[in-house]
Amino acid sequence: MDNTVIDAHNISKIYNQGTFPVYAVNNVHLHLERGEFTALVGPSGSGKTTLLNLIGGLDKPNQGSIIINGQDITKLSANELIDFRLHNIGFVFQSFNLVPVLTARENVEFIMQLQNKKKDEMQTRVMQLFKQIGLEDKMNNRPSQLSGGQQQRVAVARALASKPQFVLADEPTANLDSLSASNLLDIMAKLNAEENMTFIFSTHDQRVIERARRVITLVDGKITNDSAPTKTTMEIQSATLVK
Amino acid sequence: MWLAKMAWKNIWRNRNRTAITMSAIFFAVILSILTSSLKDGVFNNLVKNVVGFYTGYVQIHKQGYWDEQVLDNCMEASPKSINQILGHSNVASIASRLESFGLISSGDLTKGVMVVGIEPEKENLITSLKNRLVSGGYLLNEDRSVLLAKGLADQLRLKVNDTIVLIGQGYHGSTAAGKYRVKGIVQFGSPDLNDKILYMPLTTAQDFFSAYNMITSYTILLHNINDLSSTASEIRASLGREYEVMTWADLLPNIKQHIASDSNSMKFIQGILYMLVCFGILSTLLMMMIERKYEMGMLVAIGMKKLQLIFLLVMESLLTVLAGCFLGIMASIPLVYYLNKNPLKMGGETARAYERFGFEAIFPASTDPGNFFNQGLIVIAFGLAMSLYPIYKVIRMNPLTAMKQ
Ligand SMILES: Nc1ncnc2c1ncn2[C@@H]1O[C@H](COP(=O)(O)OP(=O)(O)O)[C@@H](O)[C@H]1O
Ligand SMILES: [Mg+2]
Repeated sequence: MDNTVIDAHNISKIYNQGTFPVYAVNNVHLHLERGEFTALVGPSGSGKTTLLNLIGGLDKPNQGSIIINGQDITKLSANELIDFRLHNIGFVFQSFNLVPVLTARENVEFIMQLQNKKKDEMQTRVMQLFKQIGLEDKMNNRPSQLSGGQQQRVAVARALASKPQFVLADEPTANLDSLSASNLLDIMAKLNAEENMTFIFSTHDQRVIERARRVITLVDGKITNDSAPTKTTMEIQSATLVK
Repeated sequence: MWLAKMAWKNIWRNRNRTAITMSAIFFAVILSILTSSLKDGVFNNLVKNVVGFYTGYVQIHKQGYWDEQVLDNCMEASPKSINQILGHSNVASIASRLESFGLISSGDLTKGVMVVGIEPEKENLITSLKNRLVSGGYLLNEDRSVLLAKGLADQLRLKVNDTIVLIGQGYHGSTAAGKYRVKGIVQFGSPDLNDKILYMPLTTAQDFFSAYNMITSYTILLHNINDLSSTASEIRASLGREYEVMTWADLLPNIKQHIASDSNSMKFIQGILYMLVCFGILSTLLMMMIERKYEMGMLVAIGMKKLQLIFLLVMESLLTVLAGCFLGIMASIPLVYYLNKNPLKMGGETARAYERFGFEAIFPASTDPGNFFNQGLIVIAFGLAMSLYPIYKVIRMNPLTAMKQ
């Protein structure tokens, strides 16, 4: 069985800033397998967001192809992309992921409602997810009644509710304190393990980077390094696991 | 269904904004129902006054009579035509008249008069002539006596039971002359009528003018004034080219024009009202779209179809507009009924002018349900037209740009 989740070839995104063309993403190849837990790192302005938007079908590259689930998404129209995202990609944004007038539970149900899921299927999935994110007692709270970390956990639950090919998270911990950030990473790692869900997230937080099993480094829109975390980071990781 | 629920929740997310939009619609609906009910009421009242005065809502003459109002253009009173006219379901009753000019003298005073031969009881149904009596009694069919307008009687220093001499030109150039007793004095607000009108029974008038069995007009009373023009055209079609069928608007073009120009200024006022509603709704929609820009971008980013988002937003507008409209109509019903039963009174010059013509100087409100319905629909339509703006914004929206803060 083919385990490829994303197969991106030669993708570039060029912005024209004044007279200078800026290569936000420069000739990138990216291959992601099912079950990966991958961090995209690099200094600010290195192209992390741009690359995630490209593979998330939110933006179009100037060149290259992005194959997800056997389909080259660079060939899809804006409206086809909306439908593609709904069924194939789970999104966690930096903040304001949730609809303020809906409860946590309704926010998670929302995505399944868009997918026309049956009521009982929705019910079981919601219960399961809230158990996994440890917020069963907060299901009926509005986002404003949740902490930033809890809101991000609900956003992760929503991203998984649609059973996507992979979950894409652009700096999901950027607005969180370190405890909440570590908490969120715990939950993402757990879902990665329990559901074999593929995660790709960008960050520049060293402690978050250390939790990844694969780290892709971007500099000036180019991949400069692609490897497992270093030995020291592995040690820290196992230390946290023991604790 | 879940989207409708979400729309309902969104309406309450910013209570102030919803309250502003709803009250803009609420007051606009009340005001526009009130203006159109008052407009209709005042015009109906004016027409009722003017028409009930003398002309009636519909008159039928021999073709060409109205352009050349002379006795020789009279027609034969035909039971067949009368039955034909009465056959129309909206026709309540018919009164025949024979009108021409004459000279009245009493002692050494002589004046020109308009001699109107009437069927006393039928005439009274249409113009309530009996109510205008200020002294003496009303005419009976076979009386050889007359009713004089008050102004005319005063000028000739005549009282009830005095005798007058009337001369004139009869049918086909014959000479008309007669002596009649004054049976009653009637008063008109309009100096035009008050100084020159004389009524006598139709048969007496036919005798006086030697126009036996002839009349100059049928005046018609209708059951329902709202169907005036369709009834007029039906009668016109059934009677044929030999007769001219004229409505009050044809008979009194000045009044018609006055109403039309007043109606236009009312429409102008309503137009301003609608514009205010539109601005009110549009500005709250603008605020809403700015406030929810990120959220809408996020929803489309995670996979919400634009059509679903549009449905959500239109639903929100629709619920707000419908609620405001419903409340506005509910509030205006008792208001309009109150103003119908207790009409506003005119003041100052206008009131005196109205009263001089014998009109009631009031602004009654029309309770025609059409006003509630139409104004409600118009405001709903404007409200929905305004939601074209969010629709347009959503169609053009790029989720990434929308989420850029
Ligand atoms: N919409 C845009 N228009 C012009 N330049 C852009 C735009 N978005 C990003 N860039 C540029 O592309 C480069 C990469 O940006 P970004 O992907 O946001 O980096 P990161 O997420 O790693 O901070 C930067 O130089 C940025 O200025
Ligand atoms: Mg970024």
